Amino acid sequence: MACGCNDKEKLFNSGILVENRPGAVLPPKDQWEGKKGGYVVIECPQRIPCNPCATSCPTGAVKPFADINDTPEIDYSKCTGCGLCIAKCPGLACFVIDLTYGADEAIIKLPYELVPVPEKGQKVKCLNRTGEVVADGEVFAVAEPLKDQTKVISVIIPKKLAGEIRAIKVVC
Amino acid sequence: MELIQKHPILEFHHGKEVTFSFDGKELKGYEGEPIAMALHANGVHIYRITPEMKRPRGFFCAIGKCSSCFMVVDGVPNVRTCVTPLAAGMKVETQHGKGLVPLEAK
Amino acid sequence: MKKTIETDLLVVGGGAAGLCAAAEAAGAGAKVTVIESDLHAGGQLVKQTHKFFGSKDEYAGTRGYKIAGILLDEIAGLGDKVEIRTNTTVTGYYPEDGIYTAMRGEDEYYRIKAKKAVIATGAQERLIPFPNNDLPGVYGAGAVQTLMNVYGVVPGKKVVMVGAGNIGLIVSYQLKQAGVEVAAVVEAMPKIGGYWVHAAKIRRLGIPILLRHTIIEATGEKTIDGAVIQELDDKFQLIGEPRRIDCDVICMAVGLTPTTELFWQAGAKMQYCPQLCGHVPFRDKTMRTSNPDIWVAGDASGIEEASAAMVEGRIAGYSAAKSLGLKVREGSFDEYWTRLDHLRAGEVGEKIRGGICQVLVDGWEA
Repeated sequence: MACGCNDKEKLFNSGILVENRPGAVLPPKDQWEGKKGGYVVIECPQRIPCNPCATSCPTGAVKPFADINDTPEIDYSKCTGCGLCIAKCPGLACFVIDLTYGADEAIIKLPYELVPVPEKGQKVKCLNRTGEVVADGEVFAVAEPLKDQTKVISVIIPKKLAGEIRAIKVVC
Repeated sequence: MELIQKHPILEFHHGKEVTFSFDGKELKGYEGEPIAMALHANGVHIYRITPEMKRPRGFFCAIGKCSSCFMVVDGVPNVRTCVTPLAAGMKVETQHGKGLVPLEAK
Repeated sequence: MKKTIETDLLVVGGGAAGLCAAAEAAGAGAKVTVIESDLHAGGQLVKQTHKFFGSKDEYAGTRGYKIAGILLDEIAGLGDKVEIRTNTTVTGYYPEDGIYTAMRGEDEYYRIKAKKAVIATGAQERLIPFPNNDLPGVYGAGAVQTLMNVYGVVPGKKVVMVGAGNIGLIVSYQLKQAGVEVAAVVEAMPKIGGYWVHAAKIRRLGIPILLRHTIIEATGEKTIDGAVIQELDDKFQLIGEPRRIDCDVICMAVGLTPTTELFWQAGAKMQYCPQLCGHVPFRDKTMRTSNPDIWVAGDASGIEEASAAMVEGRIAGYSAAKSLGLKVREGSFDEYWTRLDHLRAGEVGEKIRGGICQVLVDGWEA
């Protein structure tokens, strides 16, 4: 038991999220499964002086911070899945996940700042939080909402891995 | 020169391409950029040999504070190549030991 | 030929803190001369491709290199009040006559007579001892950033990053963006020193972060060809077996130390402060040192962040301008301190607060 806790702590200490924590929670399951457009998933469990997710959210779904060091909290009733926070977050910690795409498929919108930039329809490798390839995905859309070199890429992924996939690798 | 071809965020605007010499060999670089950058892009990583133990030294801090990148430039030793701009026709040489300071005033 | 230039306010260092000090003082009407040893102003900002944290006031969400442009635009908008001299290093301060000396490139040497000065000389990379740490291929993380982000030069093929503070984590990500492989990030402590989100970003790209590991040796004949790492126990003693990783660049991100020679020369009251990462000058809330004509701002006052450097620069510029008898915007001082306190209020600011209280004085007698 002690060994298990240690491993979890060790993983978290090197930047891997292993469970829900304030600032890094998955949306409530029942609502999430039926929400067209998806919900925001922010993985920012550390209190740091930073608030662009809250100040950029057009609906207030990312609740305004009382203190700039607060971790983000979501009001799911207001989240439209617009993904503006994805492009705005300096830590690239915001995602939008829509579980309604297909019976077994979901769409994840994630931030991308590498080259090459994939194109719509292109197959990509899907990586988990430790950078391991866990699935193949297909690019559904590529956007650049703030025209500031942060792309927001929508990828069709296996729904059962929606809690794990957090990056893509473009193989030419 | 080994330059980054495509970058997701940045666009590189280099100035005029010029030639200069390194230990007698003709190399290309960009005018106005630090000599050390041009050398690195040409695969040259050893800039000087230390006086006592004859150790190779090169780039380290890139802000002119550490002395690792000293070379002889146009006859003048101890030139901080990481913050000294490249000019066409410059004569850059590996500095051996402490270098000899030219005594005649310019 | 003896040449002396005169100015109201000398700002040594044209980085985040220096540019903000210059803008603030010039905004109040001061004639400002900024001396910058690099070939362009902007300091460390120009290499930062990532978006900054903080709040709107500190340009959160804006990429670092753009912030340098914003500050330079602000200065340009003040007409000819600010002169920025690049490729020029302030080489000394002589307390007997209060004169600064400066050298432009290798050619021109002259003196500067300034009524007041803000010294914002930033910091320099530290190095840890291990065999062959002097060989080409062992580079400061900031230096690798300059190569790739300012001049577009490929730093190497495979990098081992030593240090998982913000700089180590951010530069690892920037290396990936430049197409360079990062074999591992090696960190002696049991957890990363930088922001968790910076680590998460590189972990999901497959870059391993090896906690409780240190580099014990670099290998290579004339240039680096590998790094030997080993695990540490909780008393920082080596355990397990050494392991060699092929690489051609070992990037050192093991901390910065404030650049403070000019303060020593000026006879300013100094203190070794571990939380601020070295010797720093004592200062009051106006950022004035024990020398009545010298202010400090930015990393030279203690290793922190660009956001804090910018606010400290504003405070120093404001205070120096006020001491010159110029009309400053009342309310700015309190506003800037509120912003600084907010930036330092959280858990990550605890160390800084612990350091600042050791070197912050209520005021100076004379």
